[in-house]
Amino acid sequence: MTYHKEGAAYQLEDRFEHHSAQPEGVSAQVATQDEVRVTTPPDVCGMGHRMKRKEDPRFIQGKGRYVDDVKLPGMLYMDIVRSPYAHAKILSIDASAALAMDGVVAVVTGKDLEQHGLHWMPTLMSDTQMVLPTDKVVYYAQEVAVVIATERYIAADAIEQVFVDYEPLPAVVDPFEAMEDNVIVRDDKEVKTNRIWHWEAGDKAATDQAFDEAAHVIKQYMHIPRIHVSSIETCGMVSDYNKAMGKFTIYMTSQAPHAHRTVFALVSGIPEHKIQIISPDIGGGFGGKVPVYPGYVCCIVASLLLGRPVKWIEDRSENLQADSFARDYHITAEMAADSDGKIVGLRVNTLADNGCADAAANPSKFPAGMYSICTGSYDLKAAHVNVDAVYTTKPPGGVAYRCSFRVTEAVHMIERMTDIMAHDLGVDPAEYRMNNFIKADQFPYKSPTGWEYDSGNYHNALRKAMDMIGYEELRQEQAEKRARGEFMGIGISSFTEVVGAGPSRDYDILGVKMFDSAEIRIHPTGKAIARFGTKSQGQGHETTYAQIVAEELGLPANDIEVEEGDTDTAPYGLGTYASRSTPTAGAAAAMAARKIKAKAKKIAAYLLEVGEDDLEWNVNQWQVKGSPEQAKTIQDIAFAAYTNNPPGMEPGLEATDYYDPPNLTFPFGSYICVVDIDSGTGEVKVRRFVAVDDCGNIINPLIVEGQVHGGLTMGLAPALYEEIVYDENGQCLTGTLADYLLPTAVESPKWETGHTITPSPHHPIGAKGVGESPTVGAPPAIANAVVDALWHLGVRHIDIPITPQKVWQALREHGVTD
Amino acid sequence: MSQHTITLTVNGQEQTHQVDARLLLVHFIRENLNLTGTHIGCDSTSCGACTVHINGRAVKSCTVFAVQANGKSVETIESLAAGGDLHPLQEGFWEKHGLQCGYCTPGMIMSAKHLLEKNPNPTEEEIRWAISGNLCRCTGYNKIVEAIQYAAEKLRETEAVA
Ligand code: FES
Ligand code: FES
Repeated sequence: MTYHKEGAAYQLEDRFEHHSAQPEGVSAQVATQDEVRVTTPPDVCGMGHRMKRKEDPRFIQGKGRYVDDVKLPGMLYMDIVRSPYAHAKILSIDASAALAMDGVVAVVTGKDLEQHGLHWMPTLMSDTQMVLPTDKVVYYAQEVAVVIATERYIAADAIEQVFVDYEPLPAVVDPFEAMEDNVIVRDDKEVKTNRIWHWEAGDKAATDQAFDEAAHVIKQYMHIPRIHVSSIETCGMVSDYNKAMGKFTIYMTSQAPHAHRTVFALVSGIPEHKIQIISPDIGGGFGGKVPVYPGYVCCIVASLLLGRPVKWIEDRSENLQADSFARDYHITAEMAADSDGKIVGLRVNTLADNGCADAAANPSKFPAGMYSICTGSYDLKAAHVNVDAVYTTKPPGGVAYRCSFRVTEAVHMIERMTDIMAHDLGVDPAEYRMNNFIKADQFPYKSPTGWEYDSGNYHNALRKAMDMIGYEELRQEQAEKRARGEFMGIGISSFTEVVGAGPSRDYDILGVKMFDSAEIRIHPTGKAIARFGTKSQGQGHETTYAQIVAEELGLPANDIEVEEGDTDTAPYGLGTYASRSTPTAGAAAAMAARKIKAKAKKIAAYLLEVGEDDLEWNVNQWQVKGSPEQAKTIQDIAFAAYTNNPPGMEPGLEATDYYDPPNLTFPFGSYICVVDIDSGTGEVKVRRFVAVDDCGNIINPLIVEGQVHGGLTMGLAPALYEEIVYDENGQCLTGTLADYLLPTAVESPKWETGHTITPSPHHPIGAKGVGESPTVGAPPAIANAVVDALWHLGVRHIDIPITPQKVWQALREHGVTD
Repeated sequence: MSQHTITLTVNGQEQTHQVDARLLLVHFIRENLNLTGTHIGCDSTSCGACTVHINGRAVKSCTVFAVQANGKSVETIESLAAGGDLHPLQEGFWEKHGLQCGYCTPGMIMSAKHLLEKNPNPTEEEIRWAISGNLCRCTGYNKIVEAIQYAAEKLRETEAVA
């Protein structure tokens, strides 16, 4: 990979190095199984058990504790004055009327923050972003000032009484126009350009050659539109500054509490041990609770200035209009095939609309995330991909939307292109994929853009999906329907994900390496607490982590309390996003448990008066080889560790592990979707959807199913419904859930799921992570199905979201008039 | 702001409060009564996280003023396991993995409860329409539907025994 940057005022070059090849010996070919492996009895409930979630009792009884449920004595409420313009100079701000209101305690503006040097903050990509503006606003609904009052309703009234005088400037909505630099979004930068960076991966010369020699070449432009995670809980904070102790206790909707603590400490100069971040129950994250938003910073500053706890909870419309968005890639892709139809080359030019700041949450050496995974599941000779990022007058981005950094964009492109090529060549899309897949005996597979895929078996997964859905019969039915003039389509997506960032040699966020951690403490009575650097937002960590520890130590999962999200007690970690928890903290759980097991062996040998070599492990005990009745259970050993520990040995039974993965993991799957299209209205109905996922070893099949179902609905959403839309003035037209359409139970089909199991060879428990595969894999399956239904009319491509209007138009353009 | 005295029954307990005319029922429940199981997820009556029952009907409490509940009976998620035993719907959501982050769950359960009170044996289609005013971003809805089917069956069994 090579990188260079055009003009932005901050330095990126030294962070943009090639990600190095992984160390030898961490990958090996692994066999694929069908059955989930279970080695522990139900009372232990280790890996593979369909255990009911341990966290559920509080949620089903309305006893979860989310940020807005936190109420502290003397607490004040903050609300935010927002810009009605996408781009405007601020001439003056008059807060006197607001300040005169009963119950209003303070108004804070950018000028106030400037006195403390806090009016700007770094983004997680080392760009900068305004906290509150001093000179101009650069997106619609931008935070302009905050009001703090004794009551929520008073604060909401008072923001209407803050009068801001604006001088509107032209908005820059179209990223192609932004490239021309006629209007500069970020005139705070030294170099006056909207271009942020340019990034490339792959081998340009080899790719050019592959295209020169190709028999078939196709080219397609596609837009992966801007979307919003819209977790049902919005973002919020309660910041409590204890003046006497000089300490902050901050309750925050944070997917990465440790990283946020470090950022706050570095930016504000407050000593890190004087900041305690508590990320309580989180009502969904999906990447939207990774960035630091201006509201958080203002809330902290307000509690510091006023010496009282301050609460800030976003409204949904604020959340949709101003928080970080996802996607917004304009892609022009070209694919080359030889005379046998074999794909030989891929060329991808991309324009990334980053809004007013590069505020993605990618690992810092990866400005376009893992986008170079774009050769997907296919064995290509050569590929070259580049991305240009530009500023526009829109909210900053782009975070993920339940996907590993930019993998969704990559997968959508390659799966659409493969389908177009198959249709062009007149080959069935399933057969075409089979002919071009990386073969099982090619793993570990080195991709033309530099990735080393750890394990896979793509043919097997697609075959299984075809069997589950009855592929051949469906093609038959489609032919009959087509003869009758009905529109039915079958779409496939055979995706490869890349998750689990990541190995510390390449992966960091603002310099902090992307390991993760686990700390396990076994109490004298054989019960345990395990703490982690990650933070569940619904993924079920309290259950799955307990199952991993149960698997390793034989302690019943129900005897293990799992805790996350409190920076004063949890070991340091980078948090939960990009499907990284199982690959990193899940591995740390196993490794910490193994350290405990090793110490337990010594204690058992002492208690049984035998040598360590005479012992073997059996589910939950160390036993003497050949005479299993001579044994010490993990509970016996725990008690002895505190009451009768071997002379000279440190008492206690606990361990911590910071796990630095040797490579990423590469989950994969094959999805098949059947759609029926109403030619009168253009409505697309997903009739069936089969998803076969391979996420390596499965910790809890029930939770994996839940993750896949949820991810599929979040894949359906951008495929058919969701898009954040702006008018030419940069006004957001989709600022409420009445305009921005989340699928309900009615639109969401009955998902049919299956799995194959190809363990990761380098992960301690062979797991890969699954939460995001379906969000990544589903959109192209749906888009491919729609185009498949209309291909014979001459329709080659429709951009997502595939709304009835777009389909209706395509039908009319191609002569269907009924 | 004009103040009003309201008397209402919340989860079986009659009580009287002074409230602002404009106070939303959801804020009254969460802030004044400290019953935080009822959630807020939007500002356009779209998400259903705030669903409670008023006189036995599922209602989005973000779109009702507290004063409108005067003289009525309000039931929130906290009423369901008040006796210590989980309601069949709560059991179903736990058993069938009908929740992930749990934020939509109280509202979902209250909507489902209204459905099962009207229609003890709903089809899958009827269940999906009945919860179509409740958004869930995590589960993909399949397992919520299964949870409601589980509860419906369990409630019918209890009914048959009684
Ligand atoms: S809070 Fe969304 S409908 Fe009431
Ligand atoms: S479980 Fe998270 S929104 Fe439904």
